[in-house]
Amino acid sequence: MSRRATAIGITRTSIIGTFTEIACGLALASLAAAVQAAPYVPKDDATVLERLPVRPGDPVARELRRLRAELARDPQNLGTALRLAERYYELAGAEGDPRYIGYAQAGLRPWWELRDPPLEARVMRAILKQSIHDFSAAMQDLDVAVREDPKNALAWSWRAAIHMVQADYAAARADCEALEPIESELGVVGCTAYLDGTTGKAAAAHRALSAALARSGDISPEMRLWVLTRLAEMSLRQGDVKQAEEHFRAALALNVRDQFLLAAYADFLLDQGRPAEVIALLRDWVRSDILLLRLALAEKALDAPAAKEHIEALRSRFDAAALRGDKLHQQEEARFNLYLLGQKEKALALARENWKLQREPRDARMLLEAALAMNDPAAGKDALEWLERSGHEDPGLRRTAEKLKALRR
Amino acid sequence: MRALLAILLALAASHALAHKPSDSYLAIRVEGASLAGQWDIALRDLDFAIGLDDSGDGEITWGEVKAHHTDIAAYALARLKLRSDGADCPARATGFLVDDHSDGTYSVMRFAATCPGEVTTLEIGYSLFADLDPQHKGLLRLEHGAGTRTAIFGPERPTQSFELARISALTQFLDYGREGVWHIWIGFDHILFLLSLLLPAVLALAGGRWEAIDRFPPAFWDVFKIVTSFTVAHSITLSLAALGVVSLPSRLVESGIATSVVLAALNNVFPLVHGRRWMVAFAFGLIHGFGFASVLKDLGLPQGALLIALVGFNLGVEVGQLAIVSAFLPVAYWLRASWFYRRLVFIGGSLAITAVAGIWLIERAFNLKIISA
Repeated sequence: MSRRATAIGITRTSIIGTFTEIACGLALASLAAAVQAAPYVPKDDATVLERLPVRPGDPVARELRRLRAELARDPQNLGTALRLAERYYELAGAEGDPRYIGYAQAGLRPWWELRDPPLEARVMRAILKQSIHDFSAAMQDLDVAVREDPKNALAWSWRAAIHMVQADYAAARADCEALEPIESELGVVGCTAYLDGTTGKAAAAHRALSAALARSGDISPEMRLWVLTRLAEMSLRQGDVKQAEEHFRAALALNVRDQFLLAAYADFLLDQGRPAEVIALLRDWVRSDILLLRLALAEKALDAPAAKEHIEALRSRFDAAALRGDKLHQQEEARFNLYLLGQKEKALALARENWKLQREPRDARMLLEAALAMNDPAAGKDALEWLERSGHEDPGLRRTAEKLKALRR
Repeated sequence: MRALLAILLALAASHALAHKPSDSYLAIRVEGASLAGQWDIALRDLDFAIGLDDSGDGEITWGEVKAHHTDIAAYALARLKLRSDGADCPARATGFLVDDHSDGTYSVMRFAATCPGEVTTLEIGYSLFADLDPQHKGLLRLEHGAGTRTAIFGPERPTQSFELARISALTQFLDYGREGVWHIWIGFDHILFLLSLLLPAVLALAGGRWEAIDRFPPAFWDVFKIVTSFTVAHSITLSLAALGVVSLPSRLVESGIATSVVLAALNNVFPLVHGRRWMVAFAFGLIHGFGFASVLKDLGLPQGALLIALVGFNLGVEVGQLAIVSAFLPVAYWLRASWFYRRLVFIGGSLAITAVAGIWLIERAFNLKIISA
């Protein structure tokens, strides 16, 4: 017999027939308790309950400890607070864990609420704010920062990044241009190529970025990884699967932990119908919501037994986020609802909500696919308009858009 | 060069934070002047705050957590202020467990707090990890009587007050009564059992054949006896089981209920027991009572008002039952002589009930799923 929640929120064993489930299931399921805890006492002391992402003896951990101790002695030391925030920000990117954003923010507490903080504190504050998707507050700080210091490459870069997320391409181009006199060649080309690669000039962007990479000489593995991931995307937009794969493999060979690369490569493999490789790639990344989503998609495609458990885990994480009032992962949640739960209507609602905040190609793709699943071209209107306006080339995205437009006729 | 790395990170940023943020789950139940709580806090967060990984190997074991239980209680409870009508309600830890949440293992601390008087306004001040991680949130679930409220605590809202409506005994009684009515109404197995016994009430067995009876009073008294004995029987076991005096494995109870429906319906087609159907109702009513009790237990029995809940729920069941009977009897009496009633409703209906209950029996006895929703 199945378990359902009653109207007062407590699960009860159904002693009724299956018929009743149809009658009451709908009314009651929505009230299912989000956290159904079953606490226990572990069997013996040696039971490992948790593995820390960063070992205490690790050099990164040691540096963080040192900086934290320094800051504890002198909380008003902006230099230490900024260094600590940078380290944590990098860690947040590598591990995908928003805790580190909070840790960075805690270090900046003396400057966090100031109306006129020092420039560097202002820029770091903007970086942290945008990473929890408070784009307007971040942009306010960046506006002030570039006015105060027009040669602040960091601030211009972040403006470009946020304008790209908001699909404000004219503003993003202005930001890239402002970088020209103050940034390295790879930085400037990277900015422009990212913009061009998204707005219908993928071939030229690919050429320019490859050339800049070849000329740049000795750069950090993180930078190389970023460039290679972008090149892979540009190849895909031109329909060159083979070249894209080469770029992805070169990026993976750098052995840098980067969730964005793993997510992008997993999406590539899923699109290419190679789910088995996704499982091998992401087996150890179940903690990351976005990577677990891709893992579950691959497992579902292969009818793998682990799919069920992973879908449940994702469901409870999205439920927990809803409980918290988070809207950080609506695009992922839409994909989860559409492809793993088959809840098209909810997927479309989430994809539309997400589009209000984020307008990158993958957000457009989600909106188009959800609208297509619901046979609702009007709902995908915004993404269709974006496709027209941006001139974005991705063949898969364009095919979906054509199918959606065909429904209208 | 740092700017370049920044734009790299920036352009991946909207995608990057792929992990569940730090949350704790705080559940508090208010009973009069006392509070009972459970607080689930991620081991990762506790390790960051007070250090749990004593061996420094990057793994937190149960032994390490146990060694820090006093620290955990001191650290966490110092960051939770419970006040009732302006007075402090000091809290103390009462037990420690762990639980696996979707993003890792959490320490589960149970605690109790006592306020000076009955709590009418509960003020909760939450500052766990506020100094370390301003993104941390505390998710509260506050239970009082049959009501549950939720709230989110964070640096923006560290202190919140909750007015607790005084729950009158009458409200509680009616709440449980409503649950009782609802349960009999959606409990097809109870309805079918009762119907199987009631169907022959407007007929009489004469020479191996069912004939329509010619007066209403006998039918009424037959039904009255059946319903009363069913009620008395299930009230006995419901009370015994709800008070924890007797308990039976649920699989046995569920299968027993299904068996009772099968037998009662079959008895209409192949009559064995006729005149004393009230005894059948009594005997099987005892089993149905255990079924009701499991529902009541899942609803949660308020410690302070056990009797009110029990009586309320039971009376609710009776009201629901009477509603069904009073809808059934006049119609059955009116149709009793017709072919429609005697063949289709009585024999056909009994066979259909036998079939459905037979499937339940197999499902419940062997833990299978035959009819799936």
